[in-house]
Amino acid sequence: MRHALSLFLILFGLWLIMSGHYLGWLVALGAASAALTVWIARRLEAIDHEGHPLHLAWRGMPYWGWLLVEIVKSNIDVARAILSSPAAIDPSVFKIKAGQRDELGWAVHANSITLTPGTVTMAIDADGTFTVHALTRASRQGVESGEMDRRVSRLMGEA
Amino acid sequence: MIAGLLDMASWGLVLAGSLVILVGTLGLLRLPDLFTRLHGTGMTDTMGAGLLVLGMLLQTTDWLIAVKLVLILVFLAITSPTTSHALASAALYGGLTPWRLSDRKDEP
Repeated sequence: MRHALSLFLILFGLWLIMSGHYLGWLVALGAASAALTVWIARRLEAIDHEGHPLHLAWRGMPYWGWLLVEIVKSNIDVARAILSSPAAIDPSVFKIKAGQRDELGWAVHANSITLTPGTVTMAIDADGTFTVHALTRASRQGVESGEMDRRVSRLMGEA
Repeated sequence: MIAGLLDMASWGLVLAGSLVILVGTLGLLRLPDLFTRLHGTGMTDTMGAGLLVLGMLLQTTDWLIAVKLVLILVFLAITSPTTSHALASAALYGGLTPWRLSDRKDEP
């Protein structure tokens, strides 16, 4: 029920931002469509135990900032690899063990790896082992250094 | 004066974003297999889209439009790695073997 309520508030807030209408009956229609969506989501059992980790948006500010810098750096690396010659790439597949305890932490970590160009998380095993594809040796070393792993653990409040 | 400077910064950002997207697309064409090509597209929807939206943010004075532009980035930051992961894992389970440097032959 708590998650259904928070889903309603998020959907309705999004509706208000997207529509820009603040007339009484239009807002009522927006609230009604948000409620209908929540009802359908409940029937589909699409409202799960994970809820909406909005708290990470604020608490994660230092992490998102760090990730942004990493994304810019790896963009430059990948651009250089593309523009130089095919010889500049040395793709490899390797495994790392994620230090986070739950699925949300794994999702944040795996998506952060994929979000930085040059590395893509290909698979996640049940024990939190990621299979990662890297474009160059430098991008592989970036993941294997474990800095992102430590920062995500700190973000999740586990370290 | 200020408006002119903002306009120039905005154009610079939009052009830089377009350049990043161009290089990402070039990677999509030049790189040898699906897994390596994913890294090229990764450029277009992180820094390419980011610079474009930043450039567009400088063009608007309406906060509602600004919030919508930022929301585009937020959604893109969640959906683009999800689709990249789905593609890579589908290809992996489908039995596609990632290209290695040792596979390189008949290159000019």
